[in-house]
Amino acid sequence: MKTSLKWIKSMVPGMENVTPQEYMDAMTLSGSKVEFYDELDGDLEKIVVGQIKEIAPHPDADKLVVCQVDIGSEVVQIVTGAPNAVVGMKTPVVLDGGRVAGGHDGQRVEGGVKIKKGKLRGVDSFGMMCSIEELGSNCDMFPEAPADGLYVFEDDAPVGANAAEVLGLDDAVVEYEITSNRVDCYSVMGIAREAAATFRKEFVPPVVKETGNSEDVNDYISVEVKNYDLCKRYTARVVKNIKIGPSPKWMQERLRAQGIRPINNIVDITNYVMEEYGQPMHAYDYDTIAGKKIVVRNATKGEMFTTLDGQEHELDDSMLMICDGEKPVGIGGIMGGENSMITDDVKTMLFEAACFDGTNIRLSAKKLGMRTEASGIFEKGLDPNNAIEAMNRACQLVEELGCGEVVGGVVDLYPVKNEPITLPFEPEKYNKMLGTNVSVDEMLDYFKRLELEVSADKKSVTIPTFRQDLLSYADLAEEVARFFGYDKIPTTLPSGAATTGKLSYKMEVENIARDVAEYCGFSQAYTYSFESPKVYDKLRLDKDDKQREAVIISNPLGEDFSIMRTISLNGMLTSLATNYNRRNKDVRLYELGNIYLPKALPITELPEERMQFTLGFYGEGDFFTMKGVVEEFLSQVGMTEKVTYDPAAGKNFLHPGRQANIIYKDTVIGYLGQVHPLVMKNYDMKADAYVAVIDMPYIVEMSSFEKKYTGIANFPAATRDLSMVVPKSVLAGDIEAVFEKKGGAYLESYELFDVYEGAQVLTGHKSMAYSLTFRAKDKTIAEEDITSAMERILKALKELNIELRA
Amino acid sequence: MKDKLLEIQKKALEQIENAKELNALNDVRVSILGKKGEMTNILKSMKDVSPEDRPKVGQMVNETREIIEAKLQEAKEALEAKELELRLSTETIDVTLPAKKNKIGHRHPNTIALQEVEKIFIGMGYEVVEGPEVELDYYNFEALNIPANHPAKDEQDTFYITKDILLRTQTSPVQVRQMEKGKLPIRMIAPGRVFRSDEVDATHSPSFHQIEGMVIDKDITFADLKGTLAEFAKEMFGEDTKVKFRPHHFPFTEPSAEMDVTCFKCGGKGCRFCKGEGWIEILGCGTVHPKVLKMSGINPEEYSGFAFGMGLERIALLKYEIDDMRLLYENDERFLSQF
Repeated sequence: MKTSLKWIKSMVPGMENVTPQEYMDAMTLSGSKVEFYDELDGDLEKIVVGQIKEIAPHPDADKLVVCQVDIGSEVVQIVTGAPNAVVGMKTPVVLDGGRVAGGHDGQRVEGGVKIKKGKLRGVDSFGMMCSIEELGSNCDMFPEAPADGLYVFEDDAPVGANAAEVLGLDDAVVEYEITSNRVDCYSVMGIAREAAATFRKEFVPPVVKETGNSEDVNDYISVEVKNYDLCKRYTARVVKNIKIGPSPKWMQERLRAQGIRPINNIVDITNYVMEEYGQPMHAYDYDTIAGKKIVVRNATKGEMFTTLDGQEHELDDSMLMICDGEKPVGIGGIMGGENSMITDDVKTMLFEAACFDGTNIRLSAKKLGMRTEASGIFEKGLDPNNAIEAMNRACQLVEELGCGEVVGGVVDLYPVKNEPITLPFEPEKYNKMLGTNVSVDEMLDYFKRLELEVSADKKSVTIPTFRQDLLSYADLAEEVARFFGYDKIPTTLPSGAATTGKLSYKMEVENIARDVAEYCGFSQAYTYSFESPKVYDKLRLDKDDKQREAVIISNPLGEDFSIMRTISLNGMLTSLATNYNRRNKDVRLYELGNIYLPKALPITELPEERMQFTLGFYGEGDFFTMKGVVEEFLSQVGMTEKVTYDPAAGKNFLHPGRQANIIYKDTVIGYLGQVHPLVMKNYDMKADAYVAVIDMPYIVEMSSFEKKYTGIANFPAATRDLSMVVPKSVLAGDIEAVFEKKGGAYLESYELFDVYEGAQVLTGHKSMAYSLTFRAKDKTIAEEDITSAMERILKALKELNIELRA
Repeated sequence: MKDKLLEIQKKALEQIENAKELNALNDVRVSILGKKGEMTNILKSMKDVSPEDRPKVGQMVNETREIIEAKLQEAKEALEAKELELRLSTETIDVTLPAKKNKIGHRHPNTIALQEVEKIFIGMGYEVVEGPEVELDYYNFEALNIPANHPAKDEQDTFYITKDILLRTQTSPVQVRQMEKGKLPIRMIAPGRVFRSDEVDATHSPSFHQIEGMVIDKDITFADLKGTLAEFAKEMFGEDTKVKFRPHHFPFTEPSAEMDVTCFKCGGKGCRFCKGEGWIEILGCGTVHPKVLKMSGINPEEYSGFAFGMGLERIALLKYEIDDMRLLYENDERFLSQF
């Protein structure tokens, strides 16, 4: 939302001396956040209205002329190349040492362009006569300005006067961020009312007078609204004997400052009222309205309609049409039709000011792909009471500007009136909510300025209908806060019972994951939760893999972001690939992020969100490096029992001979392995990469931080070495399972110290050597205890076809 | 006998004096005090000494032995010290050579910023809680006083799964879930991932993070909100940080505000970093709307509260002067290793 500061000031007497900066600061603190302001004459300095008195040819240049220009105080000589310079013409003159906003090409220069006296082809020139572009505007905004040449003032412009003031450029355009609840502030009046309350001045809105001749509008038009849900109010008036022409200078100035191009008196009036009241209006050429009749109805599905911009649209039955006795003439609240638009030949017109349903307008505009100025306002949900005010204001302007004869009376269809609501006046409650001690008198003053009417007994407040945002005591407390000043509200800390600040247990476990990963050299990555379904193929998942069943976004940002991930690897591999392609060496990354598993398809309830601890690296290290990280993590979260690994993990995206499920207490809590070379190819990496994925909900469940001291062994240990010839198919894990199962109470630990495959070993076999440590807690261990344990172990090993090495 | 002892002593002391190495010194010891050494021989010849002279001779022998032993010890220590000195001098290293480091990984700037925020609020007695990222429309909108036809609900901004299930657009639904648990008072923050339909560019991402905060108790006021957040800003951005509250609008708080902090680069004077304003917008906040309390089963006549929400990436970008949001999701090692 933009407003001209001058226009605001015109409604708030007493604000004349407020500077744009003061205005910006104060308005921002009272809730109308000013994004920026632009002083239209900020770069204009020492520019006056001058009149050309004499013109003589330049002695050395055909295209230049030497002018004697009256600037009020004196006559100065200025050389110009402007084609339209004639004697008697009044034009803007920038004097020696002044500034203009930009070049003749219309490009504004930051800080402006300094003008100094000088010689042009040997002839003295004491300034410059200006085009409208050099004054920082353009021919669109000043339609009367010549396309090429000096700007020409009206004959009555006073010579020597400040040119910026004569052009109405002595103004600042202020741009606001209006919050969605303050529809009333999308208007000059709304902002002016806020300004008046902010600066504690009187608010003087325009006075709307009765208009119209002795005729009756009902003889001209009848209106029927078939859907009051979508059109809460429809008002119409008729203007005849229209004389199209330019609007007056003051109106053009205000429109320009709002960024609106002046067109002609009728169009300018609708735009002016739109800005002033925040009520979009539409004008139809009355002579195109068949049957003297307006019908407001829903479109029929598939109906075609051409809007006044020449575009044809296909409609559906949710959209609201304005029709005459035979045909549609406009899409309600969005755009009028080509068939009924006013032209320069218009004789009689029908003015419409209506209130359409905001949501419907928003949805229709979106479906049609045409968000117009009008729809952008209507979609916020307007106050229907404003419509009639705007209508009458427009007709008043028609009469004042003498651009037509307003027919008496108004057609006003408004079956369900929007009545002001009344809330209790509860000053104590407001203060309690804010933590302030604002006096009742003070509050009454704020409310009065906001046109909130407090009853004589100070028990209730009547809320004007334009303040649709005030619905409860909290809303009124905010009004008090805004005008008391947010900055004046004290700063205190909550009293009340102490609470314990803490992380959840899950977060504590995640912090340990971070710590372990980082100590092991992994840096933290963040990747997106949504990805492309193509990821499944990149990861070589089977066609019927359960992980292909994902939560699907119905309105994604393209296919690449269309499904919620069911597996965390794509993000990791993509990040590794980014690093690889940028030639970063030895990269280790980890991520803690959710996967989203649907409970059923199609989705009827929230999916299960499972936090995944994903690790990945390429470069230095191998499978066992990753395994070490996994085990370090498990030990740090107190999962101290034996972790086992099942090579039959069945992951198509991992190397078939280098993958394993991680098993703890019979539960698969994750997997690790080398990424399959074909998957690496899909991610454009020519390296070996290893990944591990740990399903964190299991960790949260199985972790334990209870620690108990078990004493330090006092009795000596005894070790036995086992050198074995083992069939290749038997895994170290199988042998260790034997130790675990058969070792008995005295087997303290075991350690693999040699693995060998080669010439000296029987084919199909490998040589493995373990050192086993036995210890008793309460005695020096007896030889027979060791022997019996070893016998049990050897017997079980024999069943695995393992022989002791000779 | 006496002369013999003196002679041995003299010879021994000479030899000790001449021994330049520990080995040589040891040879001296063996030749004198060893099994076949001269002193040992003297001791052996004691049996030839008359019984009456024995104590005297014995004493003389012992004295000589002690002198030699003492001298031996002294020489040994001197030689050892010399040898150590020599060894240490050869072991001198260039201490300016590069260190051998364990390559430790780096935490993501998002997490660093988040943990800083968490630490501050945990210190103030706030519990850190979480909620689902795929959320019900009810929690994300309706229970937060964002009615069915609110423009914020427009598909433009929200990713929908079904009519009723969506990707949460804010962490605020966690407030509602926490209130519904019915345990009062509440002091919580809820960090987490949120989603909005914005194309990726230097300042936008369809997925980012917010940190939500809420306090519900008896007699909580807007002044408490101001005090709490001013305290937070000082902890987070420095002791000299000032805050400014501007009225704003959020459907689930009333009164609502946006909080700016003085630019941590120029201290409020205005610089390129803060676009000359001296202030940087950090968070949105407000008093919990009575309607929201009521919908979550809390009596607004008895309890009141405040809530706030901030963008984690925004804080990380500002605090660490990162100029492009995309860097946060690329995970380039050269970026991560700077944190």
